[in-house]
Amino acid sequence: MSSVSRTDAPLRAKTVRGDLTDPSPPRTGPAAAPAPVRRRPGFWQRLWRDRILVLFALPGFLVLAIYHYLPVLGNVIAFQDYRPYRGIRDSAWVGLENFRVITEGDPAFLNALANTLILTGLQAVLVFPAPIVLALLLNSLLSERIKRLVQSILYLPHFLSWVVVVALFQQLLGGSGLLNSFLRSHGWDALSIVGNPELFRPLLLAQVLWKDTGWATIIFLAALSAISADLYEAAAVDGAGRWRQLVHVTLPGMKSVIILLFILQLGTSLTVGFEQILLQQNAVGLARSEVLDTYVYNRGVIGGDWGMATAVGLVKSVVGVVLVLGANKLAHMFGEAGVYAAREK
Amino acid sequence: MPRARSRALVHGQAAPGPIENAIKILVLGVLCLVVIVPFLTVVSTSLAPREQISAAGGLVLLPRGIDLSAYRALFSGGVVSRALGVSIGVTVVGTALSLFVSCLLAYATSRPYFVLARPVLLVVLIGMLFSPGIIPVYLVVKQTGLLDSLWALIIPTMVSGFNVIVLRSFFQGIPAELTESATIDGAGEWGVFARIVLPLSKAPLAVVGLFYAVGYWNSFFTALLYISDAAKWPMQLVLRTYVVNDAAMGQAELATENLPPQSSLQMAILVVSMVPILLIYPFLQRHFAKGVLTGAVKG
Repeated sequence: MSSVSRTDAPLRAKTVRGDLTDPSPPRTGPAAAPAPVRRRPGFWQRLWRDRILVLFALPGFLVLAIYHYLPVLGNVIAFQDYRPYRGIRDSAWVGLENFRVITEGDPAFLNALANTLILTGLQAVLVFPAPIVLALLLNSLLSERIKRLVQSILYLPHFLSWVVVVALFQQLLGGSGLLNSFLRSHGWDALSIVGNPELFRPLLLAQVLWKDTGWATIIFLAALSAISADLYEAAAVDGAGRWRQLVHVTLPGMKSVIILLFILQLGTSLTVGFEQILLQQNAVGLARSEVLDTYVYNRGVIGGDWGMATAVGLVKSVVGVVLVLGANKLAHMFGEAGVYAAREK
Repeated sequence: MPRARSRALVHGQAAPGPIENAIKILVLGVLCLVVIVPFLTVVSTSLAPREQISAAGGLVLLPRGIDLSAYRALFSGGVVSRALGVSIGVTVVGTALSLFVSCLLAYATSRPYFVLARPVLLVVLIGMLFSPGIIPVYLVVKQTGLLDSLWALIIPTMVSGFNVIVLRSFFQGIPAELTESATIDGAGEWGVFARIVLPLSKAPLAVVGLFYAVGYWNSFFTALLYISDAAKWPMQLVLRTYVVNDAAMGQAELATENLPPQSSLQMAILVVSMVPILLIYPFLQRHFAKGVLTGAVKG
């Protein structure tokens, strides 16, 4: 064996069995044959042996390190009176001054926070259940072909950009859009939907529903197809009609996925529709449309108040991480495999 | 699987009555129309002749005759032709680089014997937990000299942790016998990767490639943030300026004498910015469920 294969085969066989790098079952085959007892190679030896793999991982690692991890350090400007022409090194340190918008409750900040939480709440109540209902509807169709066709159509909007979606909504519901041209040509009054602050939240929700409800059914449909047909048969034998099958078989079968996704969504509570809102903000004004992300962008990049905007962004990121980790913990408490733990397996 | 499922529906679940079935199909039909009508209106208006558009007051549901003058005006050079070139270039180059780099990263972390597999995997996974914030990333992009360069649309978002995990879990599922026999035949890591692993991974490559391509094609905010030179605008920024914000297109934007109606120009821009997605979508659609599920459930 060792004469044909590479000289490091015994080393490799040993590490395969000894290492915890991967929980998948140990590989079998010639390489797993008992290796001569030898000192476990040191870290540097193994690194040299795997140098090609190090090279493989390097480009992706560098991109993540430079554009995802390194910026975390850039958050120090939250504690500075940052001036772009001075740079991080020469800008004055101001301690927690920038955080005063949060601690003292600056009205514009509170408005952004309130809008964010209201939109998140509305989405959790009105948008989250939609794909579950749609998945149940699709799943109960008898014709596999119709189901496929409907799926192909309803998945599509997910792949359009927010710019396209916002433009489509304007063209259909806007002042000179299709709906209003139709109303006017029949002698009715035009409706003010797009650009109307009062209807901004319903409009946002409608756009999210239009864009993502179809796509979001994928995971629920998978959960549905995992429910054993035996359960339905047993329920039918016990005299359960279609409604009781839904309540006692289908919904319990989907419970874990629903809870998991809901908790995950809780983890991203502070992030709502950044691009979607940014595109439509001018028409409706900040009172209804400003959310935390747009606040950071408008105050920092546009307004030049870099330190303060970064401070708000930093607090948002930290709370976000706490929420995601908390959500994961919560999922564990519900007896579901935590999302990130599950991913590693 | 689907076949077994539909049988279960009939035998297991009580079959729905004909009225119930009709109502369901009606509801789904309406939903499909809600998705299709906007597309139809946009395509129709972009093709409709001038007289019909002015008679309808802007938008039409079905064109009476085909008039390509809006497209001719857009492709005669000027803002839209240039933006289309930028978007196609960024999407093609970006997707190729993203796929390549992600596959390499996923392959390395999927090898159980790789000494750094766990630490590198943790870097990917922990990265998925937080977002570094808009302004700090902007500062790094600026520091690395990418501002106003098209590379700013590619490099910072080149690696998506989710996609790496999808690829990695698929690579892990490839039987070790296959890769080991290649190793015994003298193939190095590159040989195993390029000649065994990649050819067996067409479905996840298609799905992840689609996710990346759609991401590049649709990216709006990165361009807004990093590209101030209008000559380097991608389609999404052009779309925002001339359609969402309704800026007028005139001789300065289009290299043509004879200007078609503003609404057919706008609709043609919308069509141009949707067409690439509409074109690749049917080919990749059948892989979705598989690709997404390996990522979400198994991954």
